[in-house]
Formats: sequence, structure tokens, C-alpha cells
Amino acid sequence: MSVSDVLLVALGAVTLGAAGVVVTTRQVVRAGLWLVVALGGLAGVYLVLTAELVAWVQVLLYVGAVVVLLLFATMLTRAPIGPAGDLDRARWPGLLVGGGAGVGLAALLVDAYRWRRVTPPPAGTAGRLGAEVFRHWVLPFEVLSVLLLAALVAAIVLSRRSSGPGDG
Amino acid sequence: MHPVIPYLIAAALFGAGVYGVLARRNAVLVLMAVELMLNAVNLVFVTADTTVVGLPRSGQVFALFVIALAAAEIGVGLALILRLFRQRRAITTDDLGTAADSGGGDGGRDSGAVPR
Repeated sequence: MSVSDVLLVALGAVTLGAAGVVVTTRQVVRAGLWLVVALGGLAGVYLVLTAELVAWVQVLLYVGAVVVLLLFATMLTRAPIGPAGDLDRARWPGLLVGGGAGVGLAALLVDAYRWRRVTPPPAGTAGRLGAEVFRHWVLPFEVLSVLLLAALVAAIVLSRRSSGPGDG
Repeated sequence: MHPVIPYLIAAALFGAGVYGVLARRNAVLVLMAVELMLNAVNLVFVTADTTVVGLPRSGQVFALFVIALAAAEIGVGLALILRLFRQRRAITTDDLGTAADSGGGDGGRDSGAVPR
């Protein structure tokens, strides 16, 4: 167990603990805030795995934009502030399917990798990732731009208030 | 570094996300659980970069694409939830019924800036 292994275990514990709170807490706003902890923990794991740009984009986009949007939606939909008792439906189907999926994936991955040791590749800095994207992944990049534009327009149209009768 | 550790983290995160999607009634909480699942997949992508030999750092490039897609999906999903809330005054995923139940048509009359 090297230092990076210890770091991975520690950050993984942070991430999984926070994720567990997100899916079980009875307060909606706290679920959003614990999601910040989970996503931040994952950014730390990315840093240990030498994926620097992915780690910072994770913090910037996920923590900075996605969670903020989720909290906005929580406020705009009048979510109960404080503990609410009716947030969960029957738990056992979720436990069954979620547990089965998690255990199945874990078994598959442990069987594939066992206790293999790898040396981390050269760090995924912005320069190296940029060279990769614009050498081999240009088409998905452009299509992604179009998709983001479409999502932006769709979100604006969907959240616009209808202007009254007789208007399209 | 042993890649099985982040792989196990990803598997557990995915299981937690699936549980959240199935057990939560509030639509925003369901979206939070979906985000957990997407992050688990991202972790698998980034970890695969350290073990699989192919195009270098392609796993990290895919992870960036997944992050962008997740942001777009959250934007549209939350706009839908807002629309639903304005129409039904509730975003529990239980008792929504169909469009016919609420009188059909578009989003109804919106008066004032604050839904009451």
C-alpha cells in the first residue's frame, strides 16, 4: 500500500459516505450539500489518478454548476426545508436492485483486476488533453457543442412562462 | 497504485445511485442520484486510463464529454421539473397521472411571478 493507495481509500471513504447521505437523508437541501462533498471527493480521487484537467473541470462544472442548478430547482419547487418524512417510497426494491448492481459490478471489476499494480501514466494536463481532443476527438467535440446549444435553447423554452391564450 | 480501489469505489457509487433513483420520490433527489451514477461511470473511465493501453488519455477525454453531457442533461431536466411544478404544484414521482388528468393543453395560466 503506497501513499496513493491510502489517499484513494481515504477519499473513497469520503465520497461513499457523502453519497450514502445524499440518497438517504430526509432533508432535501442537505442532500444537495452532501452531493458537493461527494463530487469534491471524486475530484480528489481524479487528482490521485493523475487526471488533473478532469479533476478541475469536475469541480468547476459539477460542483460549481450542476449542484447550484439542483439547489436552485430545490428552492424553486418549494422543497420542504427541514426534515420531511415522505421523501422515500418503499426501500427494499431500491436496496435489492442497487445492492445487486453494486455487488455485481464490484465482483466483475475485482475479478478482472485483482490486486494488480500499475504505474500512473503521464499526468493528464490541459495541454496533453487538448492535444488528444483536437487530434482524435474533434467530431465528438463539435457535436457536443451543438448538443449544448440545443440543451440551452430547450431549457430556456421549457422554463419560459406561457404568454397567455392565443399565443404559440 | 492498485486500480481495484477506485473501481470498487465506482461500483459502490453506482449502486448508491441506483438505490437513490428507485427509492426517492422527489424528482430533484432522483436527479441527484443520477448524477452519482454518472460520476461512477466517469471514475471507471478515468481509472481505465491507467490500465488499458489504447489512445493515451482517451478515458479522461471521455470523462470530459460525460461531464458536459451531464451538465446539459441537468439543465433540460430541471427545466422540465420546473414546468411540471408550475402545472401540478408537486414534483413527487408518484401521483402525477397523465396529461389528460390535469385538463390537458399547455402550462395553464401563470399569473404573477411566484407560483402560489
